[in-house]
Amino acid sequence: MSGETSRRVFLQTTGAAVLGIGCGIPLVRALASEIEDEQGTGPRWAMVVDTRKCAETCGKIDGSPPCAAACHRIHNVPTKIEDPKEEVKWIWTEPYEHTFPGRDPKYLSDDLRGQDVLVLCNHCENPPCVRVCPTQATWKRDDGIVMMDMHRCIGCRYCIVGCPYGSRSFNWKDPRPHIEEVDDDFPTRSKGVVEKCNFCSEKARDSADGTWTPECVAVCPEKALIWGDISDPESELRKTLAERFTVLRKPELGTRPRVFYLV
Amino acid sequence: MYDKGKILAGIALFLVLVLFPVWYGAAQGGPGRPPDLVVGTDAESCVRDTETMRISHMDLLDEWRNRVVRDGVRRDEVSGREMSLTRTCLDCHADREGFCTKCHDYAGVDPDCWDCHNLPEGAGHER
Repeated sequence: MSGETSRRVFLQTTGAAVLGIGCGIPLVRALASEIEDEQGTGPRWAMVVDTRKCAETCGKIDGSPPCAAACHRIHNVPTKIEDPKEEVKWIWTEPYEHTFPGRDPKYLSDDLRGQDVLVLCNHCENPPCVRVCPTQATWKRDDGIVMMDMHRCIGCRYCIVGCPYGSRSFNWKDPRPHIEEVDDDFPTRSKGVVEKCNFCSEKARDSADGTWTPECVAVCPEKALIWGDISDPESELRKTLAERFTVLRKPELGTRPRVFYLV
Repeated sequence: MYDKGKILAGIALFLVLVLFPVWYGAAQGGPGRPPDLVVGTDAESCVRDTETMRISHMDLLDEWRNRVVRDGVRRDEVSGREMSLTRTCLDCHADREGFCTKCHDYAGVDPDCWDCHNLPEGAGHER
């Protein structure tokens, strides 16, 4: 009898194989689809920050660089809040070693140590803030922008905990008295909601072809910020990515940021 | 009927208590009828007919909000106007106090639109 397969064993093995294929293939597909992106045909917005140009132009400056000031002005960001624990910001600078942790700061080259690096929402391909939001107040648009719907935000701040880049701010108090000068064209926020960079998506409102340039990119005198459609191989952004070495913030987390840094 | 006096007094007291909102409002000189609103425009029609707007403008605003914020559509297919509280509604109904607030106060509702949305240019930003 040994060496031969009994009818019983044959049926068991075949059954297990069918079950394995039946369950395994959808599982593999599901896992693979997590990695796929750039679905759809429209543009997918992304940005490249040239940190050398930033450092040469604005360098270690006190307060906000001009791009941040311009952004905060048109988006009614309450910049007059003095308590750093309650500050609200969309785009700002962090020292190099905070922006790109993972290298021993002791042996960082002198020019990089303490260099101000521009940071903003990374509009991740796989955004943890979107995954944790219980009301879908923040979601990923088809054009890649991680958007906020202030009407739905309940102020639970899960997204702030979820974001590994600290890109989100909470309104601890009514922001209106703390806005330098209210721009009527953009709503302010209210106490109790989270806010962040929106890649200036409101500019699509006044655009004929649905494209726009974010304020920070437009005002930079040195063209240190490159903005474009990452799904278009002919875009300046894609050409820059193809030609030059770029790094991402905390790539090991798998969030797949869409803000790239030239260092 | 036993205890006629007590029962009638009880009924009277009951009516007084139950009708408290009516007589208290009247005693305070509250409005007995809907307020006269400052429409602020001579236009023939709004983005929908007047009756619809009166009854369900809040639903329309919710719908507009979702279309603009969630779907990225900015123009209203029916009226051809931009779906914007500040830029379209307030464009005609410029007197927010005389139009929105007056009726909201009368109806006892307190929408929080203006916590975030701005009045058109130059109209100030107080709630």
